[in-house]
Amino acid sequence: MDLIFDALKVRQSQGKQFVPDVRAVNPVGFRGLPVISNAPCGSGCSKCVEDCPTNAIQLTPFALDLGKCVFCDECARVCPSQKVSFTAGYRMASRTREGLVIREGNNSLSPVEASKQIKKLFGRSLKLRSVSAGGCNGCELEVNATTNVNFDMGRYGIDIVASPRHSDGLILSGPISANMAEALELCYDGMPDPKFVIAVGACAISGGVFEESVALDRSFLGRFAPELYVAGCPPHPLSIVNGLLDLMGHADGRW
Amino acid sequence: MSLTNVLLANKSEIETLNYDAFRARIKNETDAGNRLVSFFATPSASAPDQVGELHCVLIKSGRLCHLRSIWSSINKYQQLTSEVHAIHCFEREVHEQFGLDMPGHPWLKPIRFEGKALKRMNDYPFYKLEGKEVHEVGVGPIHAGVIEPGHFRFMCFGETVEHLEIHFGYQHRGVEAMLPKTSLRKISPLIESIAGDTAVGYTLGFCRAIEALCGLPVADEVEAIRGIASELERIAMHLVGVGGLATDVAFLPASSTYGRIRTAIINLSMRLCGSRFGRSWFRPGELRFPFLQSHKDDIRKTLCQVQKDIAIINKLFQESKTVQHRLKTTGTVSAKLAEEIGLVGMAARASHLNRDLRTELKSGVYARFPIELVTETDGDCWSRAMVRLREINVSLDWIFKVCDSLSDVEAEPRVDYSPRPNASVVSVEEGWRGEVFHYLETDDKSQLTRYKVQDPSIRNWFGLAQAVKSNAIYDFPICNKSFDLSYCGNDL
Repeated sequence: MDLIFDALKVRQSQGKQFVPDVRAVNPVGFRGLPVISNAPCGSGCSKCVEDCPTNAIQLTPFALDLGKCVFCDECARVCPSQKVSFTAGYRMASRTREGLVIREGNNSLSPVEASKQIKKLFGRSLKLRSVSAGGCNGCELEVNATTNVNFDMGRYGIDIVASPRHSDGLILSGPISANMAEALELCYDGMPDPKFVIAVGACAISGGVFEESVALDRSFLGRFAPELYVAGCPPHPLSIVNGLLDLMGHADGRW
Repeated sequence: MSLTNVLLANKSEIETLNYDAFRARIKNETDAGNRLVSFFATPSASAPDQVGELHCVLIKSGRLCHLRSIWSSINKYQQLTSEVHAIHCFEREVHEQFGLDMPGHPWLKPIRFEGKALKRMNDYPFYKLEGKEVHEVGVGPIHAGVIEPGHFRFMCFGETVEHLEIHFGYQHRGVEAMLPKTSLRKISPLIESIAGDTAVGYTLGFCRAIEALCGLPVADEVEAIRGIASELERIAMHLVGVGGLATDVAFLPASSTYGRIRTAIINLSMRLCGSRFGRSWFRPGELRFPFLQSHKDDIRKTLCQVQKDIAIINKLFQESKTVQHRLKTTGTVSAKLAEEIGLVGMAARASHLNRDLRTELKSGVYARFPIELVTETDGDCWSRAMVRLREINVSLDWIFKVCDSLSDVEAEPRVDYSPRPNASVVSVEEGWRGEVFHYLETDDKSQLTRYKVQDPSIRNWFGLAQAVKSNAIYDFPICNKSFDLSYCGNDL
C-alpha cells in the first residue's frame, strides 16, 4: 500500500517535464549558434585561426565551419574585434556539408529544407538506428537524451530502434575509427531500402578533434553521403530533434 | 596550496632502479598493501617501437610514488601478473604496444586492438567451451542501445554464463599518438573527447599536470570551482547509470525520473559554462567563466530541488521488490577478488574497498572540505547502484558546503604555457567512474614528448567479466550497466 503512495508522490514531483514546443526553447547558457559580426578584422590578425583546435575558421572572407567547430569559445576569446560570438541558438543542422559553413555577411545558417521523399515515406514514423564509430559517449548521451521525458522525440513518431532491420535511418556518431568501419557498413547494408544516414556531431561530420588521426577510415561517408548533418560537440538534443523535424517537413514542434 | 594528486619531477630525479630491483620493488610494495595506480612503458627515443623505460606509479601512505626502470635489450622481462594479479591489464597493454615477450603470462590478449598493423589480436582467439549443450553467444560490436561498440563473447551452459571474454579496440582513435603532437593551446578539446562522459574529470587532471609543468599558480577558489564541476559531473553520470539500471529492469518511474533529474543537473552545468558536459569550462592556469553570487544562487536553488526529488524517487526505487530482486546478488565481485584484480573507482567501493583518490590523497579542495567515503559490502549490482545513489547525496552536500565558502570569483585571462624542460609529471583525478591517470614528459626543448593517459575502465572491464560468471545471460545488461565502463576510454 505504501508503495502506491510513494509512486503517487513520484508522479506528483515529476509533474510535466516535456518541452512543449521544441521549436521555441531558450536553453539558457547554451553555447550554440555563432554569430559573425561585420566588424573588420584587425590587419594581419589571425589569432582565431591559430588557436582553433579543429581548423574550423577561414579568413578573407571570414567563414566558420560548424561541421568542424567544437564550440570551445577560443576564437571569441582571442579576437580583439569581437568578430565571433556564440548565442544560445540550437537550430544547427543542414542538408549539405557546405550548408554548415557560416560566412561573413550571411551570418546565420539556412533553415534545413524538408525532403519531400523523406516526408512522404517517413513523415509520420521514422525509425533510427544509432551507430557509434569512435564516438566519445558525448554524442551518444545526447542522442539518448532526445528520447527522454524532456525532449521526448517519440511524440513526433521518431524512435530509436535496436536492430538495423527495423530502421529507416542510421544516426552516425564518432569520427569512424578504422576498426569500426566494417561494422558500420555491415549495419547500413543490413537496413532495408529506402534508407539514409544522419551525421551527428563534429566528429561524424568532419572527424572533429580526431581529423588528423591515422586510426580513422572515413570512406563510408564518401559512398553514403548523409541526408542531414547536425552540428555540435556534442549537439544539443534540441539540435538533433529540430534537424529531424525539419527534414521530415513537420511544420511545427508543438505538442 | 600543495596538491597531492600531482607529482612533478625532473626526469633525472625519478627514482630509477635496475630492472630486477624495479620488479622486486613493485612486488614488495603491493605485498605491503600499497596500491598500484599504473604500470606502463614509454618508447625508446632511438627506436619508437621498442620499450625505452618502464614506469610504475603507486599510492604509498597517501602519496603518489613513481618508480622507473631504464629498459635495455639485455634484460629479460619476467611477467608479474602471476604474482601481482592487478598488473595483468598493464602488462597486456605493454605487450600489445611494444611486443615485449612475457613468458609465462597467463593471458596476453590485447587490451584493445590498435590497428591492422598489429596482428596480435589474431594470436589470441576466443576461448572455447566444449561439451554437450554448451553454446556461445556473440554480442557486438554494435549493441541494441545507443552505446559505444565492443564485442562480448559469452560461453554458456544453458542460460548460465560460464565465461565472458571481452574483445575491444573498435573505438581506437589513436589518442596517445595524437596527444604529444598537438599544441598545448589546442589540446584541451581532444582531452575532453578521450571519454566525453568524463570531460571534466580528464580536463582537471590535465590542467594540474600542465600547471605543475609550467609553474602556474592556481587559487584555492579556482580549485574549489573545479571540485564543484567534477562533483556535478559525478552526480549527472551516476543518474545516467542508475536510470539505465532502472530501464534495464523495466522500472519505468525511476528510469524517467532519474533521467529528468539528470537534465536539471547538466543544464545547471550549461548555465555555468555553456556546455551540458562541462566542456571548455577549464583550461590550465585560467578560470574561463566567472563564478558569481547569481551562479551560487542558481546552484543552491537547482540542487535543493534535486535533493528533494531524489529522496522521493530513491525511496520508491530502493523499496521496489522487482528492483531488489533483479539487482541483489546479481553480478557479484567479492572484496577479495576486487582487490586481487585491481578494481578501482565506484565499482571497487561497491566491493568494500576503500579506493577513492578524494579520500586517499585528500588533495586540494578535498583537503579543505573532506568528502565522505562511500562503500558497500556486497559487490553486486545492487551495491554498485547504492554506492552511486549515496554518492549523489554526498556530492550534493559537499557542493553546498564548498559553494557557501566561495565569494565571487572573476574569470581570468588566458595564460601562456612554457613547460619546464626535462620534466615529468603524474596527475590523477577521481572521475565519477574511477581514477583517471595522466603522465607527461618534456624534452630538453620543453616540448611535450610523451603523454600517457589511462581510463579506470582498462582495469574494471575484467571485473565485469568476472562478475557475470555463473549469472544468467539475461542479467548481463544490468551487470554491464552497473559497472558503466567506457569503451573509448579503454580503446583510446
